[in-house]
Amino acid sequence: MTVFWSVFRRDWLLAFRQNAEFLQPVLFCLLVVTMFPLGIGPSPATLQKVGPGIIWVAALLSSLLALEKLFKQDFLDGSLEQLVLTPGSLPMLALAKVLVHWLVSTLPLLILSPVLALFLNLTWDMYWALLCTLVLGTPLMSLIGAIAVALTAGLNKGGTLLGLLLLPVYIPLLIFATSAVESASLGIPFTGQLAIIGAMLLFAIALTPYAVAYAIKVSQN
Amino acid sequence: MWKWLHPYAKTEETYALCGRLYPWFLWPAIALLAVGTVWGLAFAPADYQQGDSFRIIYIHVPGAMLSMGLYAGMAILGFIGLVWQIRTCYMGIAAIAPVGAMMTFIALFTGAVWGKPMWGTWWVWDARLTSELILLFLYLGVIALYGAFDDKIQAGKAVAVMSLVGVINLPIIHYSVYWWNTLHQGATISKFDNPSISSDMLWPLLLNILGFGLVAGALACRRLQNEILTREMRRPWAQTLLLSNETGAK
Repeated sequence: MTVFWSVFRRDWLLAFRQNAEFLQPVLFCLLVVTMFPLGIGPSPATLQKVGPGIIWVAALLSSLLALEKLFKQDFLDGSLEQLVLTPGSLPMLALAKVLVHWLVSTLPLLILSPVLALFLNLTWDMYWALLCTLVLGTPLMSLIGAIAVALTAGLNKGGTLLGLLLLPVYIPLLIFATSAVESASLGIPFTGQLAIIGAMLLFAIALTPYAVAYAIKVSQN
Repeated sequence: MWKWLHPYAKTEETYALCGRLYPWFLWPAIALLAVGTVWGLAFAPADYQQGDSFRIIYIHVPGAMLSMGLYAGMAILGFIGLVWQIRTCYMGIAAIAPVGAMMTFIALFTGAVWGKPMWGTWWVWDARLTSELILLFLYLGVIALYGAFDDKIQAGKAVAVMSLVGVINLPIIHYSVYWWNTLHQGATISKFDNPSISSDMLWPLLLNILGFGLVAGALACRRLQNEILTREMRRPWAQTLLLSNETGAK
């Protein structure tokens, strides 16, 4: 546990001392969402229909962008190798890194989400469902994404490859999340979809740290 | 009990095994496919509802079955490779992935051709079609990941991890899209106790399924041999083999 907190503290401080970068994914998400009303027309009914899907796809894409930086810096300056050599448990350490990354680059997205909902004319019920799915779904995204990010950390051509690897894997999350928001818009309870996303999240918390730890070792070769 | 498996961790032995298996896969496959396809496409009775269009199943169903089977095979190889650190398994993944992607493409393409007269459209966002498409993306991801690394041992471990992630996800993807939207007809031949297909139609289908499986086996063997040779080019055994082949050819 001490390893967990020391890595947590270190990454947290690093993120805030290099604060130029961590708002970029959020701004990217905001821009992608802004593009859609311009592309498909400003009719409030249409926007409300496609809104949840757009917000979720934008969140997926911006999380891909953000994830790319998860291990990059540490890999390049060699501190990832030092972390592998520490006697503490590597899965816990990976979990700490993912947690900080989520807090720093995805939490701002949740804070910004009312603005996105406003842009796309979502009702209050829809927004509430959207927020619930984002709270449960984005950590899942970061955890699964971390596996592929760790595997490709040593490659210089990470970006598009990461999308190719991760987007298919994210599909169930997208389906359940948008269907929860759709249920909310019809006034149907959406706890079922939330429960499934929550179950996937718990499953991921239990398993992915081990996969990420192994992937880090692979990238260190 | 498992002693007979151990030599195959050595690439040289696996190379020889693939060479021995290859004709056993290839020739029965050609025979089965010839009989099954001609029987299915020309002699099996037409469907009372779909007419002659139903004959696409003789290509479509084997392709779809193998697309999933080969992915499972890849994941099993990945698991064995990661647990027992056998690099022949990683090479096997690299050998199988393009074959699986091809089978997935065959299933999607023939499905689209069948969908045009039957559903009146090339493509619908139906559950099975979507999950098959996602399967194709998963295969392409594995192929791209393997290609991205210069160090192929690292690449092998990476694709093993990714194929395992994919295989955990596949059932979730399948059920999520199934729940999301469904138009595809239900299972026909897997209901063994009471199959809803006439035996005249069933036999050529079974022959073709077996034939496709053997073709996939033959291709995988050939590709694995190729992969082993490219990777082990610097090893003495590979060089002796290549030199002897060259003199033999002349």
